[in-house]
Amino acid sequence: MSNIDAVKTRSSLAGLGTFGKYLVLGIAAFLTIGPVVWTLITALNPQDPVTHVTTTGFEAFVDVFEKIPVWLYVWNTALVTVLVAAGQMISAAMAGYVFARFDFRGKNALFAVILATMMVPMQVTIVPVFMLIRGMGLADTLLALIIPALPTAFGTFLMRQYFMGLPVELGEAAEIDGAGPWKTFFSIYLPLSAPGLAIVGILAFNYHWNEFFRPLIMTISEQNFTLPLGLVSLQGKLGSGSVSTVLAGVIISMIPALLVFVFGQKPLREGLTAGAGK
Amino acid sequence: MMSTTTSPRKKNRALVWVFLAPTVIGLGLFSVVPIIGSVVLAFFRWDIITAPQFIGFDNFVQMGANPTIRVSFFNTLTFVVAAVIVQLAVALGLAILVQSRMPDWLRTFFRSALFFPLILSAASVSLIMAYLFNYEFGLINQFLTLIGVGKVGWLTTGFGAKVVVLIVYVWQNFGFTFLMFIGGIAGIPKEVYEASSIDGVVGWSQFRHITIPLISPTMLVASVMAIINALQIFDQPWVLTRGGPGDDTRTAVMVIYESAFRQLDFGGASAVGIVLTLVIMVVTGIQFQLSKRYVFYG
Repeated sequence: MSNIDAVKTRSSLAGLGTFGKYLVLGIAAFLTIGPVVWTLITALNPQDPVTHVTTTGFEAFVDVFEKIPVWLYVWNTALVTVLVAAGQMISAAMAGYVFARFDFRGKNALFAVILATMMVPMQVTIVPVFMLIRGMGLADTLLALIIPALPTAFGTFLMRQYFMGLPVELGEAAEIDGAGPWKTFFSIYLPLSAPGLAIVGILAFNYHWNEFFRPLIMTISEQNFTLPLGLVSLQGKLGSGSVSTVLAGVIISMIPALLVFVFGQKPLREGLTAGAGK
Repeated sequence: MMSTTTSPRKKNRALVWVFLAPTVIGLGLFSVVPIIGSVVLAFFRWDIITAPQFIGFDNFVQMGANPTIRVSFFNTLTFVVAAVIVQLAVALGLAILVQSRMPDWLRTFFRSALFFPLILSAASVSLIMAYLFNYEFGLINQFLTLIGVGKVGWLTTGFGAKVVVLIVYVWQNFGFTFLMFIGGIAGIPKEVYEASSIDGVVGWSQFRHITIPLISPTMLVASVMAIINALQIFDQPWVLTRGGPGDDTRTAVMVIYESAFRQLDFGGASAVGIVLTLVIMVVTGIQFQLSKRYVFYG
């Protein structure tokens, strides 16, 4: 797990041959990347297959901005995503640290309950969550998407594992030097936990930037839509309208995810498989 | 355990409670309370306007009687079986190929390209695929016409729509299983392969008798996670077909959404959710029982 690149296992399918291997992988890579490349080409394509209207260059992109308030949706989505990611990093770091480093009565039971909440899908609890949000007067606000997503059972678990992997002697040395428990956390352990926090943050970002189900239920007014909802409304509004416009919208919405993919690939990969330890 | 924790001292107590508060209060309010709430609601009739009315197991009885809900559960279960088999097979095959002998830059390229769909939103992917599978002008039907097959009613026929939902879902999610298998394969010591090759165990029999047993723990976790995720399918059929044609691509979660937020039947929606959760728990339980017999922990 620590260094996948360094491990070269001998192919169990040696008989397939090198050519066949690259052919299969090449086709698979073509099938995963191809549709997105097609999307970009079609978004820039002058001839629209449905309306047969000829557009040039970035006109489809301009059209997206005319049909839906793109900047508003980008702002809404970014606000939700960034606040949720930051909130999860903070809450998970704190709770994970306590579960890794301190003993208190009922600790194991509490941790078991936290893990158990991961078993029940979010879609199952959405009705009571919706009621709570409504009761708090937050229906149809962005806070309805942010507040329930701030605590994270998975992130807490991940950070607990991370802190347990850090040497306990560091904290003991700091305390001998006169540092209190708060200082030990903030100046010793928190900085060391940055790679773990990056995983929690990037996973939260990727999930909430793309999420569809909760925004569909929690937001009603178009001014509170997030990007995925806006895109689908773009398709619905236009009916048999411009394919290029919808696809240009899709391309616009992909940009942050692509940036994460390019610059945060390692924590993303590690995070995605982190819950899958034996 | 004791060596990694600090003994409880008074000065730590404030930190413990302050640090736990956001997670414990947050998860309590937005996970534990709603879970209990769902269970309670499942035994009530409630349309949010009039007072809730206790009706015992009526919601569960009506689930069985309602053909739309029955079909939705059937759709979800057949989808899960098909999607998980395809997803595991594709992911395992590609993971083995990617981890075989090749230059590092190529390995990095293939690995990135293959898990790339995972970072996209299900809404975006479904919009793209809706156009690719479009009857009139979709690229796929254009290609099929070119090779003489003719146009296929991908999203307009029940079977076609099911196949498209499956393809779109697996396309987007196999990368997750793929990454897990890469981790599992990378964890097999090189010596095991060398030793077995010397003994003449190569090719298919090496795959069957070395690779499969040694990654069986990964396979168990991967299949449990794939099943749990697939049981919750919603985004793709919602954007692609809205559950149609008819009820052919309606899923359990779609029924939760429609019962609660379209028909204002919050009790009925909760009952569907409880049954879905029970299915998830049973599947997980069965798989861990099976693992005791078949999974090899080296």
